[in-house]
Amino acid sequence: MKFARLFARLFGAIALAASAAVFAQQPIKIGLSMPQTGPLGGGGKAALLALQMWRDDVNAKGGMLGRKVELISYDDQGNPALTPGIYTKLLDIDKVDLLIAPYGTVPTAPLMPLVKQRGLLLMGNFSFQVNHTVKHDMWFNNAPWADASSWFDGFFLASKGLNGKTVAFLAADQEFAQNLVGGAKEQAKKLGLKTVYEQNYPPATVDFSAMMRAIRASKPDMVFVASYPGDSVAIVRAVNEVGVGPSVKLFGGGMVGLQFTPIMESLGSQLNGIVNYTSFAPGMDFPGIKDFFDRYAKKAGDAKVDPLGFYLPPFNYAIGQMLEQAVGATKSLDHKKLAEYLRKNEMKTIVGPIAFGPDGERAKPVVPMIQFRGVVDKNLDQFRQPGKQFIVYPSQYKSGEVTPFSSK
Amino acid sequence: MFSFDLLFDAIVFGLLLGCFYAAVSIGLSVSFGLLDVPHIAHPAFVVLGSYGTYLLGTYGMDPIVSGITLMPLFFLFGVLVYRFYYETFEKRGGDAGVRGLAFFFGVAFIVEVSLILGFGVDQRMVEASYIGKSLTLGEMRIPIRMLVAFGMALILTVSLTLYLSRTFTGRAIKAVAQDEPALRLMGANPVRIKQWAFGIATAVAALAGALLIIIGPVEPGMGRVYIGRTFCVVVLAGLGSMSGTLVAGLILGVSESIVLTLLGASWAPAVSFGLLLIVLGLRPQGLFGR
Repeated sequence: MKFARLFARLFGAIALAASAAVFAQQPIKIGLSMPQTGPLGGGGKAALLALQMWRDDVNAKGGMLGRKVELISYDDQGNPALTPGIYTKLLDIDKVDLLIAPYGTVPTAPLMPLVKQRGLLLMGNFSFQVNHTVKHDMWFNNAPWADASSWFDGFFLASKGLNGKTVAFLAADQEFAQNLVGGAKEQAKKLGLKTVYEQNYPPATVDFSAMMRAIRASKPDMVFVASYPGDSVAIVRAVNEVGVGPSVKLFGGGMVGLQFTPIMESLGSQLNGIVNYTSFAPGMDFPGIKDFFDRYAKKAGDAKVDPLGFYLPPFNYAIGQMLEQAVGATKSLDHKKLAEYLRKNEMKTIVGPIAFGPDGERAKPVVPMIQFRGVVDKNLDQFRQPGKQFIVYPSQYKSGEVTPFSSK
Repeated sequence: MFSFDLLFDAIVFGLLLGCFYAAVSIGLSVSFGLLDVPHIAHPAFVVLGSYGTYLLGTYGMDPIVSGITLMPLFFLFGVLVYRFYYETFEKRGGDAGVRGLAFFFGVAFIVEVSLILGFGVDQRMVEASYIGKSLTLGEMRIPIRMLVAFGMALILTVSLTLYLSRTFTGRAIKAVAQDEPALRLMGANPVRIKQWAFGIATAVAALAGALLIIIGPVEPGMGRVYIGRTFCVVVLAGLGSMSGTLVAGLILGVSESIVLTLLGASWAPAVSFGLLLIVLGLRPQGLFGR
């Protein structure tokens, strides 16, 4: 009997030790949804590829806290109706340890109440002002912008030399575009610019010729556009065909999509003159970025994603780097501790040092404004050189002044 | 901000856009309007046609020529799809309509996912000498791509109308829609006629796809956007009326364009279904339905 008890205890102890060892080797699960289809799918695929590159890099170095890192990702189609369900599944069924937000404002917005309620750290992914009203203190956005003004200040500052006095606004009827254009309108008012035309257009607008004609009729000096990828292409085409009139000296601002390589390549010379925001353009240099792009280019070809990947991929890699630093420094996966670390420390990433303000957005936002210049048709490699996306803002990266837009 | 110039512009652009809407819908007018097949995958087939056009475009082929080249291939594809649908759903009768709806939903998703796997999710465009240029008429500038789409749409609609009213097979297709047992009594095989008609509807989708990618960039999920619009045009026209489809497309295009220019773009999507409600309220059989 004694022997049997001893045996049972011994067996129990061995089992416990074995399970602890297994537990220690369980990977750290990082959960996210990412648009792989739908209008934001192009950007989402490239972003996910960069996160996978970071995962492979960190695992090659032995993982985090001695555990391998695993990414669990689902396609959200960029659809805000799907993301709350996906993140609930990630938390309650997949039992992920850390969360990264999907790419984009619209799919991220409905997640904010969820993470606030549960007190979770959420690494933002190029969304815009989603924490503006929720005020969650464990939200950290990788995007180079902060509030609305950080986005369009560059655009309006660029207009100073052009002596613009009147402005037209064209914006998609979507959360992101409306947030952006709302702020831009206020800023225009402060600067004493007169609004001569404003139009919100619904998703799935087929042709923008009618709006271009209306803009031409209102004779603005500047046109601020806040659009999503499909619309951006259609708008650029309509501008080239129908024209916005000779009065317009500055055109662009917040056009999502003109940063994506396939779109830039297809539109080619039609882009010339447009001034638009971006996150990265050749000519900006940070430690590690060249190595990243070299490795990314090889993988992007196989994965059929954005071959240059300037816009989202390095910033997604940076999310991984920030998590790696925070987990490494706090030696913990506790969301509160990680959030505190992220709030108080400057992160070193391949897109430069990142420090966060109290709202989890960049403490020092830097949204480069570029002007397309000398772009020719059917040439992808031209965009690798500095100058095709001529940096006109901010001063630390600036290559020169804006030249006036010229349209029929 | 109202001016007669803008209104006139809006009408011209509306006509161009309307013809394009008609071209995208006319295949559905055959498959849904005449054959009573709940072909919800029609817009997905149109997008498939766009990708076919894109693919041939990479070899330097003109989009319109590509669209026409794809038509026989799409015809065969349509015949196969209908045959499968007939054997698995229609033949069994009962609630074939509802199950057919599920079937074509499935087909639409398969097409979309196949396109994503094959081409990725990025938007695709084509290049042609008439894309990116415009025709100047006084103060008005009309994109040539819109004119090309307008012309092709017009040719497509007129030839389909003539085919259905002047040829033997065309009349048989109309007959199968009206009275299937009577056609059987005449010694014709309604299933083969329907198969043929579905093939034509799918072939037309190939050319409509070429027009779609000429008008603007295309991505795999784009078909969903057109489900509402195409069904609206077909129902507004009166099921199975080809000339009605053209008129309904034009009405939709012009009213969308006027609303967009004068009232604001946000109201434009409400136009199609608003019009549909009004027409169905006053004339339940549609504008040209009998």
